[in-house]
Amino acid sequence: MSSSTGTTTGPGLDDSTAGGPASGKATPDDAVSTHSGPIGTLPPEFDAELAEQPAGPARAERRFAGDAKYRTRRRVLKGVLWVLLAAFSALFLYPFVWLVSASLKPRGEVFDNRLIPNTILPGNYAEVWNQLPLFSWIFNSLVIALLAAAFVAVSSSLVAFGFAYFRFPGRGLLFGLVLATMMLPGAVTMVPQYLIWKNLGLLGTSLPLFAANLFGSAFYIFLQRQFFLGLPKELFEAARLDGASYFGLFRRIALPLSIPSFVIIFLFEFQASWNNLQGALIYLNAGSVEGFTVPLGISYAMTTFSPTNGGHGDYQYVMVASVIVTIPMLILFAFGQRYFIEGVATQARKG
Amino acid sequence: MSQTRTQHTPVSEIRVRKYNKREAIAGYLFISPWIIGFLVFTAGAMGYSLVISMSDYNLATGEISPTGFDNYAGLFEDPKVALSLRNTLFYAILAVPFEIAFALLLAFVLNRVGRGAGFFRTVFYLPRMTPTVATAAMFLLLLNGNTGAINQFLRIFGIEGPQWLIDPDWVKPSIVLMTLWGVAGTMVIFLAALKNVPVELYEVSALDGAGPVRQFFSITVPMISGAIFFNVIVLTIAALQVFDQAYLLFWRDQTNASPESSLFYGVYLFQQAFRQFNFGFAAAMAWLLFVIILLITLVQVKVSNRFVYYEGDNR
Repeated sequence: MSSSTGTTTGPGLDDSTAGGPASGKATPDDAVSTHSGPIGTLPPEFDAELAEQPAGPARAERRFAGDAKYRTRRRVLKGVLWVLLAAFSALFLYPFVWLVSASLKPRGEVFDNRLIPNTILPGNYAEVWNQLPLFSWIFNSLVIALLAAAFVAVSSSLVAFGFAYFRFPGRGLLFGLVLATMMLPGAVTMVPQYLIWKNLGLLGTSLPLFAANLFGSAFYIFLQRQFFLGLPKELFEAARLDGASYFGLFRRIALPLSIPSFVIIFLFEFQASWNNLQGALIYLNAGSVEGFTVPLGISYAMTTFSPTNGGHGDYQYVMVASVIVTIPMLILFAFGQRYFIEGVATQARKG
Repeated sequence: MSQTRTQHTPVSEIRVRKYNKREAIAGYLFISPWIIGFLVFTAGAMGYSLVISMSDYNLATGEISPTGFDNYAGLFEDPKVALSLRNTLFYAILAVPFEIAFALLLAFVLNRVGRGAGFFRTVFYLPRMTPTVATAAMFLLLLNGNTGAINQFLRIFGIEGPQWLIDPDWVKPSIVLMTLWGVAGTMVIFLAALKNVPVELYEVSALDGAGPVRQFFSITVPMISGAIFFNVIVLTIAALQVFDQAYLLFWRDQTNASPESSLFYGVYLFQQAFRQFNFGFAAAMAWLLFVIILLITLVQVKVSNRFVYYEGDNR
């Protein structure tokens, strides 16, 4: 190590030097969940070893020259890194700032791109409820999203437990089918599913937007099954000896222990449902405006306020509505960030 | 997996029977919701879709009159099918590489930050939490050719930006920009993969005199090739089905300034099904899309088998 120039981290170097590679220490499983904190520090003994190392004069000189060059390059790299970080952060945050500021402007100024409005109208946030049936939209979306998320989390957990715990003929084949349905594009089943709901006489209700979630969903089944497979078998064996029923094993042991992945499923589905525009277009568009969900409602508002459609260009209300419907998602993220990130990362691990 | 037996089962019988009957029944009961859902909403729906694609569906009466392969032949006669397919493929070819490159860059930078990475990851992830409809409402104004902030920003450098939402050539880049803003999902997958690259590889290669660029292409890219492959496939499938962004930016009302360039396959399928109520034609379109997605995915899998490195894997 010490014989090379510019490859080891000398004493006194800041931690950003080791930042990238050192974080490779993380194991596959905690790589995602443990994100914050000083992941970029080397083990202490490594530093100590280098610091105490008595180097010969010639070698010290070489090392010094190398380190100086190396340190400059590191500093440049570090500078570039922080410039990039700042630029990306601005890129990602600007639209939010712009949105909030546009939501506080009067009609004529929405388009002026000022981040600090000339005229600040907090009243927009009171007026929007009169301009749009926003309360109904949020209520509808909330009910649908809660039901969709709860249904799919419970049903997927049940199915996953069936696949994880029991042995029965055709289990491998059936689970293969579960995985195969993940590859099926939604477009293929969109039309026939509509006709199925039509034949059931349930068009015009919001049932099609969440009822199919009672039957589990492939990715979530996969996720929960992975979690169940990781639970110690002895727990279940002990409970069986104590006379627990199969359903008891699920309800009293498997489910309580799988809360983390249960939460991932719930949050994912809640977000998916909150975002579901196409479903609302198919099943709710023909109904009353009050019956719309958030995505359909705001899409409708974008059109009705457009001057080309006879509106007055009151886009500030669209902006207010956009802010209001984004806030629940940000709150969800504030509390469940770990679950969202972990859930996304798991998708790739299913291989 | 643990096999529970009732106490009075004779030992000889256990050897003969591979499965415990009670356990098997319980297993089937647990997975029954999925079986029902699969039979009705997946297998049933696909079979139903096949029937409808070969018939004329009368919405008023619900009658299905068989028409053979007329709908499929119609796919090749309708120029809008070919147009929407071209638009969609072009969009996918444009969007996927940009998404991969940008997400990889973000993940790479985050992975190097060390302290503060958690904060920046949160910032990068926020757009992903924003409902698509709110993102579209923002970008509709940000991308406005005359008053939009993006062109206003370009004017600082003396560049007159394009009419993003009107000029047919800039329709797809507009959607790509909007998609890139929410690319953090892909980034998180890359970030997880980057954290799994053994640090020793970098140390050893540095001893051999490899610079950062060389390290990136000789170590990082091969080591995360599995994640790259996964993201390429998932993003391609998503791009081929693009609907929400196109609908929100262009198809909400009748004022679309570039109805040709913004006609994506998913949009045309939706119009055929739920605006024109040509369910047979729409079902045929869906099957064509299914076949195309399947073929593209197969090709990607074949190609990736050559390049993707799976750790501890002899496949």
